[in-house]
Amino acid sequence: MAKVNLGGIEIEVDEDGFIVDPTLWSEKVAQALASTEDVPTMTEEHWKVVKYLRDYYQKYNIAPMIRKMCKDTQVDLKHMYELFPTGPAKGACKIAGLPKPTGCV
Amino acid sequence: MAEELKKDALVQIDYKPPKKGWMDTPVEFRHGTYIYPARAKNLKYLDLPNPREWSPTDEDWKLPENWKEIVINGMKERLDKYRSFKVYMDICVRCGACADKCQFFIGGGDPKNMPVLRAELIRSVYRGNFTAAGKILGRVNGARKLTTDVIKEWFYYFYQCTECRRCSVFCPYGIDTAEITMMGRELLTLLGVNVNWVIEPVANCYRTGNHLGIQPHALMDMFEMMLDDIKDRTGIKIEPTFNRKGAEILFITPSADYFAEPGMYTCMGYLMLFHELGLDYTWSTYASEGGNFGLFTSHEMIKRLNAKMYAEAKRLGVKWILGGECGHMWRVVHQYMGTLNGPADFLEEPVSPITGTKFENAKSTKMVHIAEFTADLIKNNKLRLDPGRNDKLRVTFHDSCNPARAMGIFEEPRYIIKNVCNNFFEMPENTTREQTFCCGGGAGLGTDEMMEMRMRGGMPRANAVQYVHDKHDVNRLTCMCAIDRATLTTLMEYWVPDVKVTGIHELVANALVMKGEKERIVDIRGEPLKEEKGGDNV
Repeated sequence: MAKVNLGGIEIEVDEDGFIVDPTLWSEKVAQALASTEDVPTMTEEHWKVVKYLRDYYQKYNIAPMIRKMCKDTQVDLKHMYELFPTGPAKGACKIAGLPKPTGCV
Repeated sequence: MAEELKKDALVQIDYKPPKKGWMDTPVEFRHGTYIYPARAKNLKYLDLPNPREWSPTDEDWKLPENWKEIVINGMKERLDKYRSFKVYMDICVRCGACADKCQFFIGGGDPKNMPVLRAELIRSVYRGNFTAAGKILGRVNGARKLTTDVIKEWFYYFYQCTECRRCSVFCPYGIDTAEITMMGRELLTLLGVNVNWVIEPVANCYRTGNHLGIQPHALMDMFEMMLDDIKDRTGIKIEPTFNRKGAEILFITPSADYFAEPGMYTCMGYLMLFHELGLDYTWSTYASEGGNFGLFTSHEMIKRLNAKMYAEAKRLGVKWILGGECGHMWRVVHQYMGTLNGPADFLEEPVSPITGTKFENAKSTKMVHIAEFTADLIKNNKLRLDPGRNDKLRVTFHDSCNPARAMGIFEEPRYIIKNVCNNFFEMPENTTREQTFCCGGGAGLGTDEMMEMRMRGGMPRANAVQYVHDKHDVNRLTCMCAIDRATLTTLMEYWVPDVKVTGIHELVANALVMKGEKERIVDIRGEPLKEEKGGDNV
């Protein structure tokens, strides 16, 4: 898999640019990933969602259901798409350094 | 990604075959038409051969040194073991009845997606290596040599087939072309040529019991959210049990039902129905997946993943198993489970504890489809239903490939829908029941990098939905398959955006009148039950 420079370090990413090893994530990496997902600046609201995703992932080893993510962060789906134009699963999870879910989804 | 594909360009389908013959037309890997290869870590996890990093666009696929020998020996073994495979290799007369029945050919125009030619990709190698005429006459006999280009072609086209078996319905010889695709994929698996969208769920399933990799504490978190939502909508607090020994029934459904929308609304429907019945049942955090992506890998993998259903039923000491709204799960349960992991002598022949109905059809497998179970409840007048609660919905039904063609379950879902909805409209008859069109994303194709082929392969289904949308103002597409709920959602967003996708038990959840419920003003999605104007905004 390809290695790219994200926030100053060389990180392995998959075909769609998701980082392969979630433990290599840092805020700098998130900033760099954000620019690939049509998020020019990470605002406080962006960080709130991204940090929520990190916490959830660390606890459960999987991304939360999108509905749960909206409920827990108090960001409705419409606004979620405004924050992350490529969507909560692709955009927000990628910036948070989470792997893509696979299966019947 | 679907949005980036231009519809106008997509409907310009070029049916003109290439200038050169099919054997001389090598495959071209174009983004949107192939799936990313399986990650090495997932193959390693499953002890599958040749784990490595590679890409289909690479010249060198890093096949094992003796790859030819592996494929030929693999074919020989399977020709001896599966009589069906041998027969399907021999008896096709290339009449072409199947040619225009595949949605990938209809929507894509690539001649190698005519089922007859897709099968020929493997038959030609069979002739060249296993028949006297093929060995002597070569090309004249339709035989060819095994080369790396052939392997690349197999990978490309056997992963553009969703094993939906629509073509088989029209074959005068009854050739099950899906089984040919399965054999092709099995042979590729021997070389480590797999797709990640299949192998990662398989590896997850082996590790956690389900495709999504949900561990027990995460599963509980998801259920808590659904139970909160049910309480919010109905005022009723439900307390289901998990891994409970001595329950009468074990319930198994696809993990996407409790992880993703819109499946979770169907899952909430199961929870509400079972609560209302007072059913003595349990969920399992081990047998936490109905689906079986082993079906898209190899027979050995089907068996390995399926084993947990009976194992868990035995461990918990239940009487029988009830299964949720999944598609390919039922191909495995109905047609493979009994011989692969049975007989399940420790289980009883399923009898509904509510109606006393004996499910004769499940005598062997001891596993009942939820549509049969619920239809029987309605037939025996055991449920209080208010179909008026679904009045803002104008509903059609997509027969999911496997329940339709592998089980022949046509009437039960329609019977339920007609009892819980007042507005039901059928799509044209050559697109439903055994002739149903595929969602375009089954058998491991439902991933985003495959979007162009998915939108092409799903076009015939979307066309039929468009027809009932135009004619009857249909705004809901019902199905009973978790892959469908995911892939049809994307398909509808692209082709028929006014139509949303739903499972059957979501409609049941809306209509079900529960004891002690509060006045229902919202549907199970939390949206108003009634709208000022009926229409698309659901």
